[in-house]
Amino acid sequence: MASFSTTLYNTVFKRNSVYVSTIFAGAFAFNMAFDVGIERFWSHWNQGKLWKDIRHKYVEAEDAE
Amino acid sequence: MLSRLPKAALSIHHVAAGASRQAVRSGSVRFVSTGAPTSNAFQRALNSRAALGSAVLMTVGSVAWYTHLYGSLPFIGEVHASSPAEEGLHPPAYPWSSSGWLDSFDHSSIRRGYQVYREVCAACHSLDRIAWRNLVGVSHTVDETRTMAEEVEYTDGPDDQGEMFQRPGKLSDYMPAPYPNEEAARASNAGALPPDLSLIVKARHGGADYIFALLTGYVDPPAGVEIREGMNYNPYFPGGAISMPRVIFDGLVEYDDGTPATTSQMAKDVATFLHWAAEPEHDERKKNGIKAIILFSALTAISLYVKRFKWASLKARKIIYNPPTGKNMH
Repeated sequence: MASFSTTLYNTVFKRNSVYVSTIFAGAFAFNMAFDVGIERFWSHWNQGKLWKDIRHKYVEAEDAE
Repeated sequence: MLSRLPKAALSIHHVAAGASRQAVRSGSVRFVSTGAPTSNAFQRALNSRAALGSAVLMTVGSVAWYTHLYGSLPFIGEVHASSPAEEGLHPPAYPWSSSGWLDSFDHSSIRRGYQVYREVCAACHSLDRIAWRNLVGVSHTVDETRTMAEEVEYTDGPDDQGEMFQRPGKLSDYMPAPYPNEEAARASNAGALPPDLSLIVKARHGGADYIFALLTGYVDPPAGVEIREGMNYNPYFPGGAISMPRVIFDGLVEYDDGTPATTSQMAKDVATFLHWAAEPEHDERKKNGIKAIILFSALTAISLYVKRFKWASLKARKIIYNPPTGKNMH
């Protein structure tokens, strides 16, 4: 445990530039993952009702003409 | 509903509660010990302030609950200036597929509803605040929408000569109105103005439920109700007499996805379409709501934990004061 906290300190907290960059990168990564996760849940919950679920019917009909 | 309580009723409660509290205090609290206590535990509990408080709470609570349930104070009659018939029947709450907190619109239904609007409602009702581009990615593809827009002629201009000219519609054009102005609309509909449908779901009590109930609710007027020539009876419409006749009948339109075009199906679809027209942000709003609730719950939990963590040492410590003894003074 001590080694882990030491590693964490040395890699992240020791230099302020690294610390701030880690926060920014972490926020960006979390936002991406969170949005993707919510979008996946939303599509699953509302399956069959969303535009992307019915879009193929009309796009193919357009192409066939 | 508590706001319906007259002020006097509340103040009477206050006075009564205050007076009896005084009485109880003088009865139960003994300021002078002149003998053995005469009341037993049951009497003490009966005379306690907690008992009085809970009785008052029970009374106020039951009156408030009754008022909330039935809309009027119990045992007191009410005289209304308008009867339920004049306000219109309240529509039932229908199980829309978008009712839940996490439920999106049914976009197939929006597409069918647009078809019903275009083929039926658009003969009289405008949809001023919806442009063709709003349909793209919601109910139609961009090519379909462009084709539909180009079938309509719009007046544009002026050109180099200062003349207005006609051109086919573009995606950025708004839905064409059936009448050029309000006067023309009234003149064509025996003086009644067909309302614009862009925000009709937000503009009517009951929203989509009301639209559905109105469209499917046409019946013969009950005995004793006189409906003027050219008017129609609909119990959901305030006043009962509506200028719009029943317009939706079984098989009126033919859906391109094969859904049987029954009256209720068409009414449901067009109500869904109008709900979308009034709240185009609906789906995004609910999705953002999920995110906001998750994030703010997590932040609340973290802040509660941090508060307890920071306060733990303050709450757990004990301050002991040892007064100096006489020997150590000076």
